[in-house]
Amino acid sequence: MKVLVAVKRVIDANVKVRVKTDGSGVETANVKMAMNPFCEIAVEEAVRMKEAGVATEIVAVSCGGASCAETLRTALAMGADRGIHVQTDLALQPLGVAKLLKAVIEKEQPKLVITGKQAIDDDSNQTGQMVAGLLGWAQGTFASKLTVEGEQLRAKREVDGGLETVLLKLPAVVTTDLRLNEPRYASLPNIMKAKKKPIEALTPDALGVDPTPRLTVLKVIEPPKRKSGTKVKTVAELVEKLRNEAKVI
Amino acid sequence: MPDYKAPLRDFRFLLEELLDAGAIQALPGYGEATPELMATVLEAAGAFVEKELQPLNRSGDEEGSVLANGAVTTPKGFKEAYAKFIEGGWTSLPCDPAHGGQGLPKMLHIAVEEMICSANLSFGMFPGLSIGAYNALLLHGTEEQKRIYLPKLVSGEWAGTMCLTEPQCGTDLGLVRTRAEPQPDGSYRITGGKIFISAGEHDLTPNILHLVLARLPDAPAGTRGISLFLVPKILLEADGNLGARNGVTCIALEKKMGIHASPTCQLAFDGATGWLVGHPHKGMSAMFTMMNAARLAVGVQGLGVAEAAYQGARDYARTRLQGRSPAGVAAPDQPADPIIVHADIRRMLATIRARTEAGRALALWIGRELDIAEKHPDAGMRQAADDLVALMTPIVKSVLTDIGHEAANLGVQVWGGHGYIRDNGMEQLARGARITESDEGTNGTQALDLVGRKLGLHTGRLLRQFFHPVGDCVEAASAKPEMAEFALPLAKVFARLQQTTAFVAELGLKDPEAGAAVAPDYLKLFGFTAFAYLWARMAEVALAKEAGDNTGFYKAKLATARFFMERLLPEHAASFAAIMAGKGALGAMEPAIF
Ligand SMILES: Cc1cc2nc3c(=O)[nH]c(=O)nc-3n(C[C@H](O)[C@H](O)[C@H](O)COP(=O)(O)OP(=O)(O)OC[C@H]3O[C@@H](n4cnc5c(N)ncnc54)[C@H](O)[C@@H]3O)c2cc1C
Repeated sequence: MKVLVAVKRVIDANVKVRVKTDGSGVETANVKMAMNPFCEIAVEEAVRMKEAGVATEIVAVSCGGASCAETLRTALAMGADRGIHVQTDLALQPLGVAKLLKAVIEKEQPKLVITGKQAIDDDSNQTGQMVAGLLGWAQGTFASKLTVEGEQLRAKREVDGGLETVLLKLPAVVTTDLRLNEPRYASLPNIMKAKKKPIEALTPDALGVDPTPRLTVLKVIEPPKRKSGTKVKTVAELVEKLRNEAKVI
Repeated sequence: MPDYKAPLRDFRFLLEELLDAGAIQALPGYGEATPELMATVLEAAGAFVEKELQPLNRSGDEEGSVLANGAVTTPKGFKEAYAKFIEGGWTSLPCDPAHGGQGLPKMLHIAVEEMICSANLSFGMFPGLSIGAYNALLLHGTEEQKRIYLPKLVSGEWAGTMCLTEPQCGTDLGLVRTRAEPQPDGSYRITGGKIFISAGEHDLTPNILHLVLARLPDAPAGTRGISLFLVPKILLEADGNLGARNGVTCIALEKKMGIHASPTCQLAFDGATGWLVGHPHKGMSAMFTMMNAARLAVGVQGLGVAEAAYQGARDYARTRLQGRSPAGVAAPDQPADPIIVHADIRRMLATIRARTEAGRALALWIGRELDIAEKHPDAGMRQAADDLVALMTPIVKSVLTDIGHEAANLGVQVWGGHGYIRDNGMEQLARGARITESDEGTNGTQALDLVGRKLGLHTGRLLRQFFHPVGDCVEAASAKPEMAEFALPLAKVFARLQQTTAFVAELGLKDPEAGAAVAPDYLKLFGFTAFAYLWARMAEVALAKEAGDNTGFYKAKLATARFFMERLLPEHAASFAAIMAGKGALGAMEPAIF
């Protein structure tokens, strides 16, 4: 079974994100980037499937600027077999990525697609669902356990009320939750081997997809700083403040 | 507790912006070592040490390695971490691909070793000793020895040791007493007692390869009569499988000041079977060929501790609230300001930082020269690089271990009384750093090596490899007005180094004791010059990039460079004065006075 994993390059989770002074977005120049942690979980799951003899080939796909190739290398170092880099300098949004992935999936014909449930930069939580929707495939989102059973996939999902288990008909799209697995460290030999694994470069044009953003970002601002509290001396003072300062009563 | 994060940005700055790591890629065999690959490797190593080795540092020290019935048990988690370490291939990084290694540059290995030692100095001892054994066999072993043993050391499946020290024999290896008797089958029976053997016995690997200095029956006295032997803990069957236990036993563990997780063993060799490595009576010269790498590695241990101390002190200084800033209240909504507002706290942080970053630049620079010395196609280039490595090795070892210890000490100070409390993890750094100044040739021995051997070698040829680039740097920097604040102090310390070099060389010829008396101060002055040179070069890079940088990285580099020139470099005047005093008053302090 061929497995396709989608991986996104995001600001490293340890970096303190700063808003650009002109409010057009967040600062990414000279900022440490890394693979989205949920995508790491997706790659790890595919690699475990391969080690278990369930998956035969793992294709990692990333959409975006030139540096996404580095993120693909990380996926290859973790154990993916080859990479596909859909190159574009557009500021991609979930629908655009979903359309690009759909085109790649139609070309590659995998049986299973694994993505992160969300990316830690925009927290959209949409791409996997949109891919499934566009393809008309079954989807198992927020997965915390996956078992392939012949032509079906059993997925345990983390939902608001607890855990839900669904049985999906393959081919299917799965998005990963935090508890699905713990991603491995890239080993030195695998980092070296990853250098020799192929990364195919594609463009949205070649795939016949227009990923131009449909939503416009008006302004990005920092969350307001939490002001330190004050101690009130009397109930009367509290009521006065609630009424006149906070204007809540 | 300190929460170490690998200084990846600084590594990249040094490799890519200061030391032109791209040139390493041009060396034969290093074609794959692109700057991007090196950055990826550093990132992966950083993630590993932060998440797997660091959490075991405190508990490992508290628990210690334990000896029972001849077997040593390492602290909880060490075995599992070591298994993951070798699974990640980290032991193989600098090793020859012919023996299963990854064949990556030594320079990169030095950076990875620094991270390991920051996170867990005790853990770092195990692979550190194995690499020593690997180098000994690689350079001096027979083809058969290499075929059998090297792949096991490279994969980390087996570990190694270096068995030099005996109770009566420390610095003076000519006093080795352990005996080796030739056997009819070509092997030797090794008998004697070794002490202080790091990783001499443990449970991380099923076999341990001891490299042992011993004397053959016909050996001349002193260092000319010492040979090197390979003594496996477990002997091999004809098919290569592990067989009978060899006659080497751990009879005690030392109770030490620090690095409790690293077992420092007394080993009894009781007619153990061994094999000669290299030529009879040539054990010392075999040791010398691998000494540079081993001494650089110990310097890097000191550096690793310095970085850990810096981060621990910095993070604490940001959160600990005491007193108010004399420059005006900094945190009005808090009962007090974080102590980082106090000038003395920032002086201590800046001191650690200025030394650590220059130390890192020095270690990686010399690491790069080690690569050039080994791989460059041009013999002249190889020789020049080898000369620089030989010259700078005692300086790297001594200066970096001293700054490690001083950094750890300052780190404790930043934490106030809390630094003295074991659970907080800062005093462990101070205890750990302390050994690096004494082992692998004490720092006093390093100074004698510099003055007694390296200065005079080939009528001063080694010095050229340092003096020329520094002289060029002074000249180039003096021509640029914006570099004046770095060029002037560098020119001054360099002039004093040149002046004292001539003085010390002459002094040593006339009166060896006088040369020895000033050697430690001369080494210090050399270290100050090296740091001033590297700070000037780093400042030059940073000046060009400061304007376009939004991260504050280059601004901080420049500020640190200025702090070094203004507040730390002037200390060199004390060393200068001490050297110029010659044997002087110290000569009069004869043994009977004490
Ligand atoms: C934790 C630990 C781990 C160790 N690991 C190992 C190991 O794995 N393998 C191993 O073989 N050894 C190991 N050692 C031993 C270590 O290398 C020695 O302790 C070191 O070489 C110094 O020898 P010594 O202790 O006998 O000191 P000495 O040689 O007795 O030196 C005492 C003092 O005299 C000075 N001195 C000695 N000779 C001279 C001289 N000619 N001129 C001027 N000054 C001199 C020294 O600088 C020092 O200050 C370890 C030691 C420790 C504490």
